[in-house]
Amino acid sequence: MAENAIELKSITKTFGQVVANKNVSLNVKKGEILALLGENGSGKTTLMNMLSGIYYPDEGQIIIDGREAVIKSPKDAFDYGIGMIHQHFKLVDVFTAAENVVLGQKGGVRLNLKSVSGELEKIAKMYGFEIDMTKKIYNMSVSEKQTVEIIKMLYRGANILILDEPTAVLTPQETEKLFDVLRNMKKDGKSIIIITHKLNEVLEISDRVAVLRKGEYVGEVETKNADELSLTEMMVGKKVSLDIVREEAEERIKTLSVKGLTCVDKDGIKALDNVSFDAFGGEILGIAGIAGSGQKELLEAIAGLQSCESGSSIEYLPGEGESHELVGKTPLQIKELGVSLAFVPEDRLGMGLVGTMGMSDNMMLRSYSSGAGFFTNKKAPKELAEEVREKLDVVTPSLQTPVSRLSGGNVQKVLVGREIAQSPKVLMTAYAVRGLDINTSYAIYNILGEQKKNGVAVIYVGEDLDVLLELADRILVLCGGRVSGIVDARETTKEELGLLMTKYTETEAAENGGGNS
Amino acid sequence: MAAETHKEPFVRITKRASMPFYKAWAIRAAAILLSLVVCAVVIYLIVKMNPVEVYATMFKGAFGTKRKIWSTVREIMMLLCISVGLAPAFKMKFWNIGAEGQVLVGGIVSSACMIYLADLPTPLLLILMLVASMAAGALWGLLPAIFKAYFNTNETLFTLMMNYIAIQITSFCVALWENPYGSNTVGIINSSTRSGWFPKIMGQDYILNVIIVMAATILMFIYLARSKQGYEIAVVGNSENTARYAGISVKNVIIRTMIISGAVCALAGFVEVSGSSHTISTSTAGGRGFTAIIVAWLAKFNTFVMILISLLLVFLEMGAKEIASVYHLNDYASQMITGIILFFILGSEFFIQYKLVFRSAKGEAKK
Repeated sequence: MAENAIELKSITKTFGQVVANKNVSLNVKKGEILALLGENGSGKTTLMNMLSGIYYPDEGQIIIDGREAVIKSPKDAFDYGIGMIHQHFKLVDVFTAAENVVLGQKGGVRLNLKSVSGELEKIAKMYGFEIDMTKKIYNMSVSEKQTVEIIKMLYRGANILILDEPTAVLTPQETEKLFDVLRNMKKDGKSIIIITHKLNEVLEISDRVAVLRKGEYVGEVETKNADELSLTEMMVGKKVSLDIVREEAEERIKTLSVKGLTCVDKDGIKALDNVSFDAFGGEILGIAGIAGSGQKELLEAIAGLQSCESGSSIEYLPGEGESHELVGKTPLQIKELGVSLAFVPEDRLGMGLVGTMGMSDNMMLRSYSSGAGFFTNKKAPKELAEEVREKLDVVTPSLQTPVSRLSGGNVQKVLVGREIAQSPKVLMTAYAVRGLDINTSYAIYNILGEQKKNGVAVIYVGEDLDVLLELADRILVLCGGRVSGIVDARETTKEELGLLMTKYTETEAAENGGGNS
Repeated sequence: MAAETHKEPFVRITKRASMPFYKAWAIRAAAILLSLVVCAVVIYLIVKMNPVEVYATMFKGAFGTKRKIWSTVREIMMLLCISVGLAPAFKMKFWNIGAEGQVLVGGIVSSACMIYLADLPTPLLLILMLVASMAAGALWGLLPAIFKAYFNTNETLFTLMMNYIAIQITSFCVALWENPYGSNTVGIINSSTRSGWFPKIMGQDYILNVIIVMAATILMFIYLARSKQGYEIAVVGNSENTARYAGISVKNVIIRTMIISGAVCALAGFVEVSGSSHTISTSTAGGRGFTAIIVAWLAKFNTFVMILISLLLVFLEMGAKEIASVYHLNDYASQMITGIILFFILGSEFFIQYKLVFRSAKGEAKK
């Protein structure tokens, strides 16, 4: 039998004139964890999509287990034992975990869930999963859903597992659990390809690292011979420094005071529960929490996009002049009060930008209504677009190219560039570096640092705890819509944050468990 | 090596990079030529006639005489005006399929003015008719907009139902204004005094139609491309969340835009009644409210491109009528030709967006 699980030979894939992969050759050995690294738009996902049957290569060969393979559809990929875990899970919410796993499998008309669950238990035991397969998906946390996806792939007989940014939505503790499972799978002789931007994780979990740059294969290193700096240099192609400059704020001015903020979602569940905190100009307030703990609602409430329950108060203190209460106001009213609030939302193209418009027209989104007259001023936004393009190195064919065609990193630069151009007093960012490569991420961190230096109150909702610890001055931890702690970023540790992130869920689970027995 | 397992798919579809302007138009022109060839074969096979003669007859039907040219122009203006009215609503992704009804209410109000206010001097009467009919159309657009904005009702169904209300009101008015009694038609209104008719300009009947509709076309283009309100329409059409984020009141934009859309569609009703038919019936809109949807989509909501598309569709319709009467064919034969040509034009858009990649000989050789 061949030593390599997968061999890619001179794979080329183009989209129109864009070359996504050029002459990429890559091997994955049996029983190894390969990390695939590269900046945004370097073609990692395209390459993996060719393995999982979503795209078909223009040129080149894919050899699986020593035999040339043709993967024309995801079904073909399954037949070759390739399973891909995407960033967005593909599960049916109202089904149980076990039902999701057997969904779409061959077999008789009648489903024998009993024999299936026996098999699932065996898989779970073998690799060390901790999960209740009879639980419905909508009751599950992100980490549990991911586990179901992985079990699904294993049940279907996957020998090669591709994980696209698997840790982006996990707490440190959950990440550790996932890595244990991956190590067990490796021991069992399975091959794993993991795409991630977090270099510390690459160093921790992988055996070998392959690097792509601008669609081309740059090279590979044994993980034991690599460190963060050397990997970054391979990715970027030049020397870079990976330091977040956190200066001590000269003067901290209270800019935003949130008291008793409570929001209810459309199902009547409290998305935010009695949240109180202050944000100061000249400070970066980090917000940590498991995905969906109320981060989105918190920022949207401040921006006037989320209705709040009575008793909530968000006070804006502009320094000089009178303060304003923001609860109960629409974004338009907030703008008209002269409150300078910049907001980089999580959903960049669905909320922050207009996908079908070019950079130039997107720059107008915040300012188009200013000035008298019936017509828009097209000149100023165009100049601003030029400036943002230059300052932040936005790669776009032209200022008129629809921003939805730009890569994720460039989309984010356009959005951040526009928001900063408002010279705000409060700058809120939600997952500002999600999906961005390391170089762009550091560019964004530096921009936030500069804004802080200029006296802006920066609220940074983040998922990478290492970054939060380095970048923020204080960290507010949300858990199930409640504030489970506000800690000094210079004093605290990752473990403490991780515990705070699950503080209430753990105690509640214990209470519920106690009640049932 | 198991080479026989290697089989590249025979043909794949891949997205093209942006295509130069002239090349896209060359593809469209080629599509029309190709459609004419296919039509020729169909014509020959079915009715055994010389296709070239049939085409010549079609052309004559639309542009053969001066009178025919003018009636073609009149029809183009009518279709264009409705399409221009649909443009802002469609750009906002508000599927207004109620143009038919909006045209009718415009026509009813124009007729009512002509009948009841015939004594007013014509310039004053015309201005009154213009304002009143547009107001009626605005109301017809406003109703579904309010329900969409506040209760999120389905605008497609709502606007469609409004058409039937407008048709019933028209029937009622036709019965009310019947002339002569028992004819079940309104007849030509003010045929002796020509009160409320568009005046002849340079001896031509339809010059004012052209002026009004072209003005609407140009103004709408500027409104959508340059004004703040036009920008808001584009943002709302792209994503309501983005609009809310930017501080745009989505409700207001929906209501305002539908008032404009309904008013411009009703303008077409006014132009039809006052400037061309001088009567009102349930077929005053004549399905053009639906044809205009095709025009608006094909033009991708660019009002200048709508001129070309309207021209093409009206030409096909006039030509089809002509061959139906000259060769004593029934309508179906000519409708087939129209269908084939439209099919090719729509199909050409696919080839502008995508290209087909066939399994290359090189790939074969490799194995």
